[in-house]
Amino acid sequence: MHELSIALGIVKIAEDETAKAKAKKVTKIELQVGVLSGIEIDSLNFVWESAVKSTVLENAEKVIDIIEGKGKCVDCDTEFEMENIYDCCPNCGSNFKGILKGKELSVKALEVI
Amino acid sequence: MCGTCGCGSENNGPKILKPGEHKHVHGDHHHHQEGHAHSHATHHHHDGHVHTHDHSHDHKSKVLIIEQDILQNNQVLAARNRGYFEAKNIFALNLVSSPGSGKTTVLERTLTDLKDQIPFYVIEGDQQTMNDANKIDALNVPVIQINTGKGCHLESDMVFEAVKKLEMQNNAILMIENVGNLVCPSMFDLGESKRVVIISTTEGEDKPIKYPDMFHTSDICIINKIDLLPYVNVNVQKLKDYALKVNPKLQFFEVSATTGEGMQAWYDWLKIPS
Ligand SMILES: Nc1nc2c(ncn2[C@@H]2O[C@H](COP(=O)(O)OP(=O)(O)O)[C@@H](O)[C@H]2O)c(=O)[nH]1
Ligand SMILES: [Mg+2]
Ligand SMILES: [Zn+2]
Repeated sequence: MHELSIALGIVKIAEDETAKAKAKKVTKIELQVGVLSGIEIDSLNFVWESAVKSTVLENAEKVIDIIEGKGKCVDCDTEFEMENIYDCCPNCGSNFKGILKGKELSVKALEVI
Repeated sequence: MCGTCGCGSENNGPKILKPGEHKHVHGDHHHHQEGHAHSHATHHHHDGHVHTHDHSHDHKSKVLIIEQDILQNNQVLAARNRGYFEAKNIFALNLVSSPGSGKTTVLERTLTDLKDQIPFYVIEGDQQTMNDANKIDALNVPVIQINTGKGCHLESDMVFEAVKKLEMQNNAILMIENVGNLVCPSMFDLGESKRVVIISTTEGEDKPIKYPDMFHTSDICIINKIDLLPYVNVNVQKLKDYALKVNPKLQFFEVSATTGEGMQAWYDWLKIPS
């Protein structure tokens, strides 16, 4: 379950940023997770509580901004919504595409006190 | 870093060992247990509402906009590994697959056949045991075992530490056998030159679309255990079609690591990496 590593990565970012801002703790954290990022939101929620225990994130409100997937066909330039990394072009059927959106996995903002 | 609490302790974190080296277990790392004790004693709301009694008098909350990639730490160290490999002309391969697809067997066969022509180094990743490292050690190829404990994939900092212990000479091939898992390792760049996914003929042809991230991020796909094709009901062409749907750039080798069939094409690719 790589979501635990991801959660610990989030904790590290929050700890570093909170220290930099000379704040004590985080009251709210905003995450961006793309649907093509490889992260299961349910799994992340499942490990969250144990990952943030005794850290600046303990008790912080967690807001997850889910980013939809979007690709662009290399062969015909059609832009299309993607739910899976293997979705092909709905116009010409090509498997060659660039991913424009949906791989995001980031900490967007922290509210600290 | 400790895989459970992120505290940097050795106790539950990865262990990086040469065959014959002893494991050090530090006995005085107790805050896990303390942490659990607290968790039973206090009630936590699921999404962590701010407790009003935590408000201190003159501290106002402020918002920090940071927009930081969560995998950035891993990527920074992966880039460092990659730079090191390039400077030393080391061709580094990250071998990924489900448990039992044949990573170690492919590795053993490759080393046995090529070690007199090419200097090899190996990093073995498993949750537990030195078994795979001991198999490589028996072939007299330098090897480091990383035991990830609860961790289900290698990360670039572990490889960085293992590489330091390997003391590699220039112009060599480094084989990194990842933890057997078709999901988690896909997100973690180790700094490898190429990623090699191994799938065996006993796994079913739709695996590439069931686990698309791994096939999407790999450069090479080895289809192993082709000696079993007469006994299993699998259509190799269909398997390849699914894999190409996920990643049209994937290059295939069909092999049997036990009989040696098909291995020559893989060796030719290893000798002249494109
Ligand atoms: N029949 C057959 N068995 C194989 C082949 N390659 C590996 N195996 C067997 O598959 C099992 C798992 O192989 P191993 O290399 O340990 O897989 P790993 O977990 O990916 O490292 C072992 O029992 C191997 O002997 C092959 O090409 N053909
Ligand atoms: Mg193995
Ligand atoms: Zn198209």
